[in-house]
Amino acid sequence: MPAEHHPLLEVENLKVYFPIRAGWLGRVHGHVKAVDGVSFTIHKGETLGLVGESGSGKTTTGRSILRAIPPTEGRVTFHVNGQAVDVTGLRGRELRNFRRHMQMIFQDPYSSLNPRMTVRDIIAEPLVANGMVRNKREVDERVRETAALCQLSLEHLRRFPHAFSGGQRQRIGIARALVANPEFIVCDETVSALDVSIQAEILNLLMDLQEQLGVTYLFIAHDLSVVAHISDRVAVMYLGQIVELAPTKSLFYTPKHPYTEALLSAIPEVDPDQTMRHIPLEGEIPNPANPPAGCRFHTRCPYVADICRSQVPAWQEVAPEHFVACHFAEELTLTGVGGPQNASA
Amino acid sequence: MRNSIGTSETSMNGTSLDGALLKVENLRIAFRTDEGQIQAVDGVDLTAQTGRTLGIVGESGSGKSVSTHAIMRLLPGTAVIHPDSSIQFRRKDGTVVEITQLAPTGREMRAIRGGEIAMIFQEPMATFSPVYTIGNHIMEAILAHEEVSKQEARERAIHLLDRVGIANPSRRVDQYPFELSGGMRQRAMIAVALSANPSLLIADEPTTALDVTIQAQILALMRELQEEMGMAILFITHDLGVISQIAHDVVVMYLGQIMERGTVREVIKEAKHPYTQNLLQAIPRLESLGQRLHAIGGRIPSPMERPPGCPFHTRCPQAMPGVCDKAFPETTHFSPTHEVNCFLYEGS
Repeated sequence: MPAEHHPLLEVENLKVYFPIRAGWLGRVHGHVKAVDGVSFTIHKGETLGLVGESGSGKTTTGRSILRAIPPTEGRVTFHVNGQAVDVTGLRGRELRNFRRHMQMIFQDPYSSLNPRMTVRDIIAEPLVANGMVRNKREVDERVRETAALCQLSLEHLRRFPHAFSGGQRQRIGIARALVANPEFIVCDETVSALDVSIQAEILNLLMDLQEQLGVTYLFIAHDLSVVAHISDRVAVMYLGQIVELAPTKSLFYTPKHPYTEALLSAIPEVDPDQTMRHIPLEGEIPNPANPPAGCRFHTRCPYVADICRSQVPAWQEVAPEHFVACHFAEELTLTGVGGPQNASA
Repeated sequence: MRNSIGTSETSMNGTSLDGALLKVENLRIAFRTDEGQIQAVDGVDLTAQTGRTLGIVGESGSGKSVSTHAIMRLLPGTAVIHPDSSIQFRRKDGTVVEITQLAPTGREMRAIRGGEIAMIFQEPMATFSPVYTIGNHIMEAILAHEEVSKQEARERAIHLLDRVGIANPSRRVDQYPFELSGGMRQRAMIAVALSANPSLLIADEPTTALDVTIQAQILALMRELQEEMGMAILFITHDLGVISQIAHDVVVMYLGQIMERGTVREVIKEAKHPYTQNLLQAIPRLESLGQRLHAIGGRIPSPMERPPGCPFHTRCPQAMPGVCDKAFPETTHFSPTHEVNCFLYEGS
């Protein structure tokens, strides 16, 4: 946890719309509003978790911050070397040069590594692509250093990715992301495809690397326990918007948004004596091309009232650093999970 | 015909089913490859009881899927089931068949597969053909096992869709799989599986690809259907949380062998085997946020290079050199239902 809060990344009103084309001429008939007005700040050295159901826009948010998907609207400001850089305004060479500050680790360690490249070449690629090194010796040195950090041996570097297990491949992916010494890494479902015993190892590695290098993570995942474990703060997304953002314990122990409560209630407890008190949500996530009016969650919310159908709830701070967008955040008493008070002795 | 094969003919020790629906004994499956034989499953015993759910937990390479595919006789041609293996199944008419003796594509096996033992998978899109409607799929399953008219089959399909919680079933029945969301496809797949009223349902990671909210709904649906229809369920998963919520009994597998078995409470709350204990410690818990996770060292060995003795000894923090790498441990009983295969307890 960072001692003081220096913002590394400020996202303001980020929107990503994908056009829906139809008909013979391919006219635009509407837009899928994958991300629709998202704002948050990530502090230097912290991990911000991003959770939500599929279709909530969490992956698109991560990718558009990295400019892997062009944002439709909004601003992403990156504070690097004492300067504020508007990432959304970068073009061409400027953007390419800036990419070394931000990297990504993918979900599938099997498809994100080129099978024809040696592990050394895979890890070295960002260095070469960014023109950060002058000669081969420098590349080798930097690759070895990074590989050692990720607990890969020198012998591994000469091999091809097919010779590695899932966990080791993910280490290669992490080494590749780290080699250019980035300030910020987006981890998109980084441990989801791994076996339980391997997943713990990779999570520990990510946390160790953060401690050693001070790197900042945006950690996107659908597994809430994993996100809770690694994140300092967690944001909950629903239908392209953030509905709640709070320090991890505050969010899990005392959720303030009915959607967060429902999500948490669906986590299967590793305890046969604690049966799930799952709060079922009506139906499924609505169509992001035509989101409901008012509060977007009102079609599925168990606490819905008239005001929710017409008025968009304000984004308010209900407890220190605990933000939520719900008309009844102050009135409702919602149930969280875990916490020392619920923990079995 | 073959359906008169008795229990004693092929069963090794002559035990009957003892009221169980399915009894798998000493299941050993090897795969022929260019580099020699790979022993994927090595001496597995499983029992399925009517109205109960047996959870099969394991990581990649544990043999949990291969074992259940053998029950359905859906293994690829390179797989060899050892002649000493036995899979006894009680049919609906009360006769007991030895599944390993049936021809995989023979008439009797085809009647059992889908008709009496049904299966649901992780990825519903792989189960459905994209060019047929949901109704076509369910009707095909009904017509394959029963002599009913098309009209009747269609009505049953609509009823089934309604039963698995799909809203507006008379419209959905004519829709194609791509028109349904992930959770609805999973429900539709359950409808296909249940169409012939099977006595055993094999669920191979059916909720792994789903969001937690949908997963919770599917688990609730499966519990409800089991209560109503009374079938036995074999539930394969790597998720100990899901197991805690759905299973009555649990077996823990590692590299083709069973490490521990018991009721769900015994295995999750009183785990005895170091593998089970380590697995339980490796998962992030909400009660201990931010603490370092307990990782099991090393990696899962490939089935090509199975360690001798207890397969977990290469990663086990309590491994005893000269003991655990020599032979597979005998079974120790902690209760009539709780068994562990580990040298730590042998002779205790």
